[in-house]
Amino acid sequence: MTGRLRFLRSTSGALGAGIVVFVVLVALFGRYFAPHDPSAPIGVPLSDASSDAWLGTDFLGRDVFSRLLYGGRSVILIALAATLLAYAVGLGIGLMAGYSRSFVDPLLMRSVDVLLAFPPLLLLLILITGAGTSVAVLIIGVAIIQAPAISRIVRTATQVEAVRAYVEAAIARGERPLAILGREVMPNILAPVLVDSGLRFTFSILIIASVNFLGLGLQPPSPDWALMISENREYISVNSLAVLAPAAMIALLTIGINLTGDGIARSLGRSYVPRTSRTVIE
Amino acid sequence: MTTVAAPVARSREASPLLRFAGRRLLGAVVALFVASLVIFAGTQLLPGDAASVVLGRNGNPATVKLLHQQLNLDRPAWQQYVDWITGLLHGDLGNSAVGMAQGATSAPIWPLISDAVVNSVILALITALLMIPLSLGLGVVAAVLRGKWPDHVISVASLAAIALPEFVIGSLLIGVFFVGLDWLPPVAIVAPGASPLDDPEKLVLPVATLLLASLAAGIRMVRAGMIEVLQTEYVQTARLNGVSERRVLWRYALRNALPTSVQILAQNLQWLIGGIIITENVFAYPGIGSTLVVAVQNRDLTLVMSVSMLIAVVYVLLNLVADLFVMLLVPKLREPA
Repeated sequence: MTGRLRFLRSTSGALGAGIVVFVVLVALFGRYFAPHDPSAPIGVPLSDASSDAWLGTDFLGRDVFSRLLYGGRSVILIALAATLLAYAVGLGIGLMAGYSRSFVDPLLMRSVDVLLAFPPLLLLLILITGAGTSVAVLIIGVAIIQAPAISRIVRTATQVEAVRAYVEAAIARGERPLAILGREVMPNILAPVLVDSGLRFTFSILIIASVNFLGLGLQPPSPDWALMISENREYISVNSLAVLAPAAMIALLTIGINLTGDGIARSLGRSYVPRTSRTVIE
Repeated sequence: MTTVAAPVARSREASPLLRFAGRRLLGAVVALFVASLVIFAGTQLLPGDAASVVLGRNGNPATVKLLHQQLNLDRPAWQQYVDWITGLLHGDLGNSAVGMAQGATSAPIWPLISDAVVNSVILALITALLMIPLSLGLGVVAAVLRGKWPDHVISVASLAAIALPEFVIGSLLIGVFFVGLDWLPPVAIVAPGASPLDDPEKLVLPVATLLLASLAAGIRMVRAGMIEVLQTEYVQTARLNGVSERRVLWRYALRNALPTSVQILAQNLQWLIGGIIITENVFAYPGIGSTLVVAVQNRDLTLVMSVSMLIAVVYVLLNLVADLFVMLLVPKLREPA
C-alpha cells in the first residue's frame, strides 16, 4: 500500500475505513436481507429480542432489525445530494469570485461571510419554518450551509492559479473566461478543494440526522435511524434496543469517519484536530 | 496572569485598544443587522399566505382574513420588517402568530418564553463553567504527558465522542445511566414556574451530553496548541535556566497557548447553542431550544423569528467577547500598527 492508501497501515486508519465501509454497505444494501416488511407490525409492540425479531419490536410492533437495515439509505443519499450540490454551488461562486477582479469578488465574499456567521442548525430551522419540510428543503438547506466554506477555499485556490503562466497563456490564446475556468483552473484546484469532502459529507449526515430526530425532516413512517431514536425513546426502558441499535449505527459511522481522518493525518505526519459537525463550517 | 506586560502597555496604548473594540462592536452590529434580514427573508419563503399556513386546517376565509390583519400581513414586506426591528429595539418581541390564531387579541412572545430563556441560560452556564476548566485541564495534561497512557486515554475518548451528534450521545447516556444502572432520570421536565435547580439530579445527563459533545474538540485543540508552545525555544531556555517545571507550564507555556484556546472555547460555546437546541429536545427540558422546535413544528413565524434573533444576538456577543479577551491576552495586538 503506497501513496493514497498509506493511511490504511495505521491501526486507526484501517479500523476506521473498515467501519465506514461496513456501515455504508449495511445502509445501501442491507434492505435486501431484511427478514420483515419495515412498516408492517409483526407482533406485540416493544417485545424483547427473539429468534423472529432479533432486536425486538418498536412502539408500533414493527421489526426493529428490518427497520435498521432500511433506515440508513435515505439519510446517506440526502446527505450525498446536499454535499454534491454544495460543491457545485461553492465551486461556481468560488471560481467566479477568485477569477474576477471586479466588484463581483467582494460582493460574493461578503454574502458568504453572512452565512458563515450564522448557527447552521438555526439556519436550517428557519428555512424549514419558511418553506415547510421536504427532501428538497433538506438538500437545499444543507447545501446553503456548506457552500460558503467551500467557496472560500475555491476562491483562494483560484486566486493562486489565476496568475500562473498556463492561465496567462490561455488568456493570450484568446480563450473565453468560462473555458479557462473550466478547462484550465478547475482541474488544478480540485485536489485541495476535495481534501475534506469526506468530513463535509459527515457533517451533512449529522445535521440531517439531527433535523430528522427533531421531527422536522423525514416524517414517519419512514424507516430512518434518527427518526427511530426519537420515536422509541419514550419506551427506552421497555425495549431499549429499539433506541440503542440505531444510535449505535450512527455512532459507528461517525466514529469510523473520524478514525479514518486520524489515520490519514498520521500518515501525512500531522496531528489530527478533527473537524466535527460543528467545526467543519468554520 | 495578565499582569506580566500589562502596566506599561495599558497606560500608553489605551486608544488602539478602544479603536479595536470599536471596530469589533461595529462589525457585530452589522452582523446582527444582516442576521435579522436573513431571518426575516428565510421565514417569508413559503409560497402562499402565512396566515393560512399558521391556521392550517382550522382556517376558514374569515379567520384567515382576521389573522392576516392582526399580523399586519397586508402591509408591504419592508414595512413588516421595519415594524419587527423597531419592536425588537424597544424590547418588544411581538406577538405569537399561533397564539393570535387561537383567537387571542394579543399573545406577547416574551411572557411565553421568559421561563424557557432562564432555563436555557442555567443549562448553558453550568455546562460552560465545567467545560472551560475541563478542556483546559485535560488538554494540558494530554500535552504534558504526550505519548503516555493518560494522553492516549484522553485522545481516544475524545476522538470517539467528537463526532457523535448530541441526540446519539444523549440516547446512549440514557441507555447506560437510566436503563442499565437506574441512577439518573431519563427526562429533565421542569414544572412551569419551578426552577431546574430545585432538582439538580435532572440536569446531570443533559449537562453530560453537552459536555461530551463539546469538550472533545476543545481538549484536542488545547493539546495541539500546548505541544507547539512546549517545543519553542523560550520554553527550552526557561527550562535550561532552571525555572521550575510548574512555572514553565503556567507562566510561559499556557499563557501563550491561551489565545488560540480562548477562540476555540468561544467557538465551543457557540456550538453549545446548536447543541442545546437538540439536547433540550432529547431530555424534554423546557428551554429555548424546545420552544424553538415546537414553534417550527407549528409554523409560528413570529415566534421563530424573535427566538432566532435572540440566539443570533448571543452568538455574535460570544464572538465579540472572545475577540476582546484574546486581545487582552496578546499584548502584540494592543500595539499601534
